Amino acid sequence: MSVVSSVAPRSGRTTELILLLGAVGIVLLAYVNVGLATTGTIPPDLVVLGVGYLGVNLAFHVVLRWKARYADPLLLPIVTLLNGLGLVMIHRIDLARGRDLTEGVALRQLMWSALAVAIAAGVLVVLRDHRLLRRYTYIAGVGGFALLLLPLLPVIGNAEFGSRIWIRVGPFSFQPGEVAKLALAVFFAGYLVQTRDALSVAGRKILGLTLPRARDLGPILIAWLASLGVLVFERDLGSSLLFFGLFVAMLYVATERISWIAIGLSLFVAGAYVAYLLFGHVQTRVLLWLDTFSPEALQTSDQLAKGLMGMAAGGMVGTGLGQGRPDITYLAESDFIIPSFGEEIGMIGLFAVFVLYALLIERGLRTSLGTRDGFGKLLAAGLSFSVALQCFVVVGGVTRVIPLTGLTAPFLSSGGSSLLANWTLVALLLRISDHARRPLPDPKVQSDVASAHTQVVKLS
Amino acid sequence: MMSELTLTVLRLGLLVVLWVFIFAVVGVLRGDLYGTRVNRRATTPARGNPALPAPQGRRGRPKSDRRAPSKLVVTAGPLSGTVLPLHRSGTLIGRSPECALVLDDDYASGRHARIFQDDHGVWMVEDLRSTNGTYLGATRLTDPREVAVGSVLRIGQTSLELQR
Repeated sequence: MSVVSSVAPRSGRTTELILLLGAVGIVLLAYVNVGLATTGTIPPDLVVLGVGYLGVNLAFHVVLRWKARYADPLLLPIVTLLNGLGLVMIHRIDLARGRDLTEGVALRQLMWSALAVAIAAGVLVVLRDHRLLRRYTYIAGVGGFALLLLPLLPVIGNAEFGSRIWIRVGPFSFQPGEVAKLALAVFFAGYLVQTRDALSVAGRKILGLTLPRARDLGPILIAWLASLGVLVFERDLGSSLLFFGLFVAMLYVATERISWIAIGLSLFVAGAYVAYLLFGHVQTRVLLWLDTFSPEALQTSDQLAKGLMGMAAGGMVGTGLGQGRPDITYLAESDFIIPSFGEEIGMIGLFAVFVLYALLIERGLRTSLGTRDGFGKLLAAGLSFSVALQCFVVVGGVTRVIPLTGLTAPFLSSGGSSLLANWTLVALLLRISDHARRPLPDPKVQSDVASAHTQVVKLS
Repeated sequence: MMSELTLTVLRLGLLVVLWVFIFAVVGVLRGDLYGTRVNRRATTPARGNPALPAPQGRRGRPKSDRRAPSKLVVTAGPLSGTVLPLHRSGTLIGRSPECALVLDDDYASGRHARIFQDDHGVWMVEDLRSTNGTYLGATRLTDPREVAVGSVLRIGQTSLELQR
C-alpha cells in the first residue's frame, strides 16, 4: 500500500554554495585561459578579480540565506556562471582591441555586475512577499509604457545604431526597454489575474479553436498597437517582438486558450508585413537576413556575415579563448557576443551556454508551477518567458533564423541596463521560488492559536 | 611546445568543466522533485473490486460502533491504492494542486470536497459546491454529513474509503 506524504523541502542553500564555488572556478579558469593565450602568463590580477567576483556573489548568497532561505538553489550559480563568462569574453575582446583591463569595457561591466547584484539583493531585502507587487499593477503598467516611450522624447532620447531605444542624460546612457520588461511583466500578471475569467469564457468554436468574443479582443489589440508603435517609431524589432510575445504568452498561461497564440501570431505577422512594405529600415533588415552574402547586403552591413564566418571558424570545439578573431565583428562584445563565444569555445561550448539558459528558464517555470497564488504563477511564467524569448531573438538573429535585431543576450552582453534588469528579474524569481518552496506552516501550531481563548492582556 | 599543450588542455578542459557544471545542475534538478512522495506500493488493495462488501455492510451499524477514521484510502480510480492521513484541520480533495489529495479526474472540481472534524470531534464530509457532486454511498451530498470508518465516497471516477 502506498502512502502519500508531503516531503519537507530542503532549503538547498549548501548545494547552492557548492555550485556557486564551481561557477566562479569555471569563470577563473576561462580568465586564466585568456591570459595564457594572449600574453603567455597567468594574469597578475587573477586573485584580486577572483576574490572580488566571488565576494560579490557570496554576499548575495548570504542575503539569500538570510532573507529567502527556501529560494531555488540553482538560479544563482547559473546566473553567476553566465555573467562571469560574459565578463571574460568582454575582457578578451578588449585585449584584442588593444585595451587592457583598466581602460577596457570589462572593468565597467564588472562594476555594473556588482551594482546589479547589490540592487538584486536590495530587492530581496525590501520585497518580503512578491504579492505586494500586485498593489502596484497599474502604476507598473503606466511606468512600463512610459519607459518604453521615453526614448522618443526629443532631448534625452537618443538613436544609436539605427534604433531609438536609448536615453542619454549627461554622460550616462540607458536602455529603458530592459527595465520596462520587468514593469510590464508585473502589470500583465496583475491585470490578467483579475480578468482571466472574462478572457477565457466560452466563445464560438471554429476549426477546433475556441475563439474569444469580439469585445474581449481589446487588450490584445492595445498591446499589438503599442508593439507596432515601438517597431515603427523606435525602429526596434527586438523590443517590439519581446513585449508583444510576453503579453501573448502570459495571456496563454492565464487562459489556457491556444486561440490567443494563434490570434497573437497572426496579428504580429500581419503587422510586421505591413511595416515591411511601408518602412525602409525594416526592408534593410529583411534583406540582410535573407541575402546576407549578397553584394547589396554586404555593402550595408557585413556584421552578420562576419559573425557567421566566425562561428564557422570555431567549428566543433572552438579556437580556444583568446585564440580566435571575434573582435573583427562589429559589436562583438554586446549584440554579437554569441558568435564570439561560438568562435572561441565552439559549438560544444556554445551549446553549454544555451543549456545554461534553458536550465535558468526551466527553474523559472518550475517556480511558476510550484507557487500557489495566481499572480505569482503568472509573474514567474512571464519573467522566465521573457528571458526565453530574448534568447530566441538574440540567437535567432545572429544565426539567421529571424531578422537581426538589437537585443542583448541576458547576463552575457556588455551593457549596464541589461545587467541591472536581468539581475532584478532573477531576484524576483528567487523571491517567488522562496514562497513556492517554503514548507506550509504546521496545522497543529495554527490550531493551537485557533483554540486559544480570547483574553485581556494587561499592559503594565 | 609546453605552452601549446597547456593551452589545448585548458581549452578542452574548459569545455569539460562547463558540461560537468551542467550535469551537476541537472543532478540537483533530479533530486528536486519535491512535493508529494509515493512510496511502498507493493500490494495493491481492492483494485478492480469496487463493491467492497465489508465496508458497506458496516455502514448500516448503529453509531455507537463508530470508530474514528484516521486515513483515507483511494479504492478505485486513477490514484487507486493511495493512502492519505486525515488531518483534524481538514483534508481537501480536488484537482487544484493546493489540495491534500490531488485528483487527476475530469469529473472532479478544483476544490471538490473536504473531510474535517467538527467542534464535537465528529468526522464530517462536505461538498464544496462541486460541479458533479460528491456521493456518500448512493446519495449526493447537499450539506455536511457525518462519516465513519467504512464510509465510501465517490468523486467522479474516484472512490474513497475512510479507514482506521
